[in-house]
Amino acid sequence: MLYALKFALRYLGSSKLQTGLLVLGVAIGVFVFVFISALIGGLGMFLVDRTVGDISHVTIEAPSRDATLISARPDTAATVYQKAVGQREVLRTADAFLPMLEAMDGIRATSQQIVGNGFILRGQSRAPVYVKGVEADKVSAISDIDGHLIAGSARTTNSSIIIGATLASDLGLRVGQVINLQSDRNVERALIIAGIFSVGVETLDSRTAFVSLAAARSLFDLDQGVSRIEIKLDDLNAAESYAQRIAAMTGLKATPWTENNAQLLDGLRAQKNSGDLIKAFSLVTIVIGVASALLLSTYRRRPEIGIMRAFGASRFFVVVVFVIQGILVGLIGGVLGAGLGYVVMSPFPVPEQAQSGSLPIDVRQGDYLVAVLLTVLGAMVASILPARAAARVDPVEVIGQ
Amino acid sequence: MTALVEIRDLVKTFGEGETATRVLRGLDLTLVEGDLAALLGPSGSGKSTLLTILGTLMRPTSGSHAMLGEDMTSASDAALTEFRNRHIGFVFQFHHLLPDFTALENVVFPTAVSKGRETREARERGEELLRRVGLGNRIHFRATQLSGGQKQRVAIARALMNQPELVLADEPTGNLDRESAGQVMELIREINETEKTTFLISTHDEKIAAACKRQIKVVDGKAVAES
Repeated sequence: MLYALKFALRYLGSSKLQTGLLVLGVAIGVFVFVFISALIGGLGMFLVDRTVGDISHVTIEAPSRDATLISARPDTAATVYQKAVGQREVLRTADAFLPMLEAMDGIRATSQQIVGNGFILRGQSRAPVYVKGVEADKVSAISDIDGHLIAGSARTTNSSIIIGATLASDLGLRVGQVINLQSDRNVERALIIAGIFSVGVETLDSRTAFVSLAAARSLFDLDQGVSRIEIKLDDLNAAESYAQRIAAMTGLKATPWTENNAQLLDGLRAQKNSGDLIKAFSLVTIVIGVASALLLSTYRRRPEIGIMRAFGASRFFVVVVFVIQGILVGLIGGVLGAGLGYVVMSPFPVPEQAQSGSLPIDVRQGDYLVAVLLTVLGAMVASILPARAAARVDPVEVIGQ
Repeated sequence: MTALVEIRDLVKTFGEGETATRVLRGLDLTLVEGDLAALLGPSGSGKSTLLTILGTLMRPTSGSHAMLGEDMTSASDAALTEFRNRHIGFVFQFHHLLPDFTALENVVFPTAVSKGRETREARERGEELLRRVGLGNRIHFRATQLSGGQKQRVAIARALMNQPELVLADEPTGNLDRESAGQVMELIREINETEKTTFLISTHDEKIAAACKRQIKVVDGKAVAES
């Protein structure tokens, strides 16, 4: 093997221009591979971050309690099956497992919430609003309200409310003004606008209002417990496994964000498939390039191969010489292309810091090792055809020429 | 003298049916240890085909071919490759050196390819052989940096590397000037004398033939005359 390596190196070194061009071609193919990986990965991350970055990654609720079978005496058939339409699902045991959740690795924040629908009343105007009652210091635990505040503060008191910019604009509201909030339980409270935010997500900006947990408790007439617990994870892609673990631990219903965003996931999947297709084409190009270059080399070296065979080189030795050449070309081109990709993509900001309209390339998602390994494997496969052709060279035919 | 190579009723036909060409037609030949034989004959008489079969690079259509008591006609391709490496050396008209390698690397090739690496012992023997053929000062020269005569001497050193019992030479001086041809032939004679290596030299050159101990003439695919 060592001796075959010497031949492979000498052959590659003897035609520097041809080898250089071949390696360059492979490097460009690998560059495309890592660039597409980083672009598609970055684009996906950017989209997910912008779309679901401000929503709960896992939501814990009490399991829905459908109406139970009501049966009268055993010998009668008086059975009623009805959906509980007026009943609210309430988490009464949240305090018991909240510390356990907060202690779990990978959970960035938890937020107990009492939620419900209501109307903001202002003069003759009535605007429907989704009310979220949260702990005073956790307004920004799930959505970064603090970071998107355009007026006032993001801290709630029992008599204050924080609303979105679109809603404020529709009703002509400013910080410090008082509004009446009427809940779907027909409880009405006067609240001072403490802050106005603009997250850029229409459902939040036009229809969501944050109040304190205590205010929500009175508005929705809930003596104890909370509606749900929202959880923010360090890695939103792990939401499904966390949801499963939490459901198993608590016996409650834990819903990952992916369940309610199937269209986004479909889009991301289609985007990833397109990227994989481009990557596959770049690999095919590498394979064809290496195969054709080595095939030419095989043809050019037919007399030498004949002599090697005449002096006792086995067919296997000849095959190994050409396969090693393929592997070396793949390895050098792969490392060069991956390195070039890293250097070129490094100046781009990561998706978390990317501005709107910029190219969200994520240099961390270049799949460099995979690119190099696949290229080496592809180049090795590509070299098998020329290597077999070389091994079939008839010494008699070429020596006589 | 024990027979090194024994060929009986050797036939080689190329092609099939109406286009079939019978090149060797029942040829008999025996080479013994220490032979220095010239193979003579007009172009197309079958000299090169005979050398190729003796070199185990081609199988005969029929007949027997044995070397060192082993039957060459029924051996597998891999076994023939190994046998060739250990027992047969070749010198070709156009030297056929590996152009990307030095004189020494070319000479040690037969040993290195069988062992999988260039051993120190192989390099020492290669250097010794190159000194013996008068190229002690060209050991690390690339094949492309050598003259025609020098290349042919490297080819002879390579053929002797594994101390083969038989060296087959196809017009070894055919591409050289008279002076170089004389030097090469002198070298072959010297090696034949000192190491008892058997040489079979295919040639058109009467002077080369006269310098050999035996002359075998191939006419119409048969060894018809010997002197």
